[in-house]
Amino acid sequence: MRLMRENPSLLIGGSIIATVVAFAVFSPWLSPYDVETMNMTNRFAWPSAAHWLGTDNFGRDLWTRMAEGARVSVLIAVSSVAIAVFVGTIVGLVTGYFGGWIDLLVMRVVDVFLGFPPIILALAIIAALGPGAQNLVLSLAAVFWTEYARVVRAVTLAQREVDYVAAARAIGSSHARILIVEILPNVIGPVIVLATLGLGTAIIAESGLSFLGFGVEPPTPTWGWTLSFGTRYLRTEPWLSIVAGLAIMITVLGFNLFGDGLRDYLDPRGVARKVKRDVS
Amino acid sequence: MSPPVYPAGSLVAKPRLRSNTMLAYTARRLALFVPMIAGIVIVTFGIMLLLPGDPAIVLLGEDASPEALVEIRTALGLDRPWYVRLAAYFAGLIQGDMGRSIFQNQPVADAIGARVGATLELALLALAIAIVLGITLGVAAALWRGTLVDTAAMLFAQLGVSMPVFWLGILMMLLFAVKLGWLPSIGRGEPLVEALGAAATGRFGPLLGAISHLAMPALTLGLNSAAVISRLVRSTMLETLSQDFIRTAHAKGLQVTRVILVHGLRNALLPIVSVIGLRFGALLGGAVLTENIFGWPGLGQLAVAAISQRDIPLVQGIVLSFALMFATVNLIVDLLYTVIDPRIRLE
Repeated sequence: MRLMRENPSLLIGGSIIATVVAFAVFSPWLSPYDVETMNMTNRFAWPSAAHWLGTDNFGRDLWTRMAEGARVSVLIAVSSVAIAVFVGTIVGLVTGYFGGWIDLLVMRVVDVFLGFPPIILALAIIAALGPGAQNLVLSLAAVFWTEYARVVRAVTLAQREVDYVAAARAIGSSHARILIVEILPNVIGPVIVLATLGLGTAIIAESGLSFLGFGVEPPTPTWGWTLSFGTRYLRTEPWLSIVAGLAIMITVLGFNLFGDGLRDYLDPRGVARKVKRDVS
Repeated sequence: MSPPVYPAGSLVAKPRLRSNTMLAYTARRLALFVPMIAGIVIVTFGIMLLLPGDPAIVLLGEDASPEALVEIRTALGLDRPWYVRLAAYFAGLIQGDMGRSIFQNQPVADAIGARVGATLELALLALAIAIVLGITLGVAAALWRGTLVDTAAMLFAQLGVSMPVFWLGILMMLLFAVKLGWLPSIGRGEPLVEALGAAATGRFGPLLGAISHLAMPALTLGLNSAAVISRLVRSTMLETLSQDFIRTAHAKGLQVTRVILVHGLRNALLPIVSVIGLRFGALLGGAVLTENIFGWPGLGQLAVAAISQRDIPLVQGIVLSFALMFATVNLIVDLLYTVIDPRIRLE
């Protein structure tokens, strides 16, 4: 109750995320339906006790398919953000700590990556590599890593001059030890905030690319593809697109609220916010 | 660089010095633009190198005839090393040659030239909507902080930030085209500039057509950025309004609205302007989605067709065009910075 008053964003966002993840993970056991089983006599059914979200154009249970979509979206978002965090953190630590020509060179590369509109860069990479889950993750990570590199570099630059880092250097700690033991802990807070907000962005980007047909390929019922597919029946049966879009929005809202709430605890000075870019 | 020191009482020297530093900043910013563009061209060129396996087979498919494969290898210069091709790519671009589309029998530059206007029109109008709506909502929320206005504006912003642009577009289409039948669901009217020209001569039909087609796509594309901007405006306004010079302005007995709009907003404008530059990148990405929902005949529609066919030269041209538009808007924004910010930053 105290948390509700002090930081409602954190609580509401966290609850939404927990629900979506539970929905994705436990659905195969909870739902009596199979993702692919069709029932042509029961197409576009309205929500009922038997089908909580109704059925799609082939009479498949929409609840089950949305859960499968949740699993795909969350997995792809988490994988791409994880790769981006890993690469970005290493790049940021090294450039911020050592400075010099490495810093200069790598930061110009970062600038060039930032010179592309985010979705456009992802589309370009998919154009070359082809669609599919793995390429989708790679292309999103290629868009996202620059944010983490910049944040981590900024924090590292500031930490390099702090007394206890100088002290560690004076007692002969190795560079690796200083980076991991002294500097990395300061980086974690802003990175977690940024990554939480980044998961929301990744889900929007992933479903946008799936919407265009460049995401995980059908028959996987991604949210973006279901939404796009639903537009074929927009005049008569708009339900399909509405549900899929709602699923995306609620999930993204969850990550955004949770990230906003986390910031108060982990990144009070707002390092993450200054560098955060929105994709869509 | 240390801040310039003005000798006491030298009222004349100050403005001159300032225009000099402005000039220096502008020159430096323009000088940075060139290597930036070069970097963008190199990455764009690199798309071709990412192709897995034999590019000629990837592009034309497994069952392409040997003659066709030879032809495309020569056309794309695949038989030459990559650095020779990169140099040739640069040389071509300088002459306005972006190569030839593989599947649309025309030069890439022509295919892009025919569509870039539609995308710019859409993106710039969406940007205008985002700025006007975002600043209005943000200022209102800051002015009436803690009231229903604030809550409503920030609820809109939170939803707007979380709402995927393609879903918003479909909801709008459902409401305004399918249910109400007020607006056409797809296509573009006459180009806005031409329609405005016609309106100037007293023919308002084209303008009406242009606007009715533009309304939904532009609003769809702009709303998300409006939400982002309104949140930023609110927080910077609140920060600015708590500062000493605002108290002074109030103490001087100035009208409250004047203090807020002239003193407050003007000083809150800097972060807003810089975020607008970044938003344009998101807008261009969103344009790809928006164009494909509303059948808007711009670069985004062309991009999806090109990617589906793996028409890499065309994809490269489109990606490059998007990046150039983004870079140009950011350049303009950075230069605007020097006009708005009285304290110029020179690092």
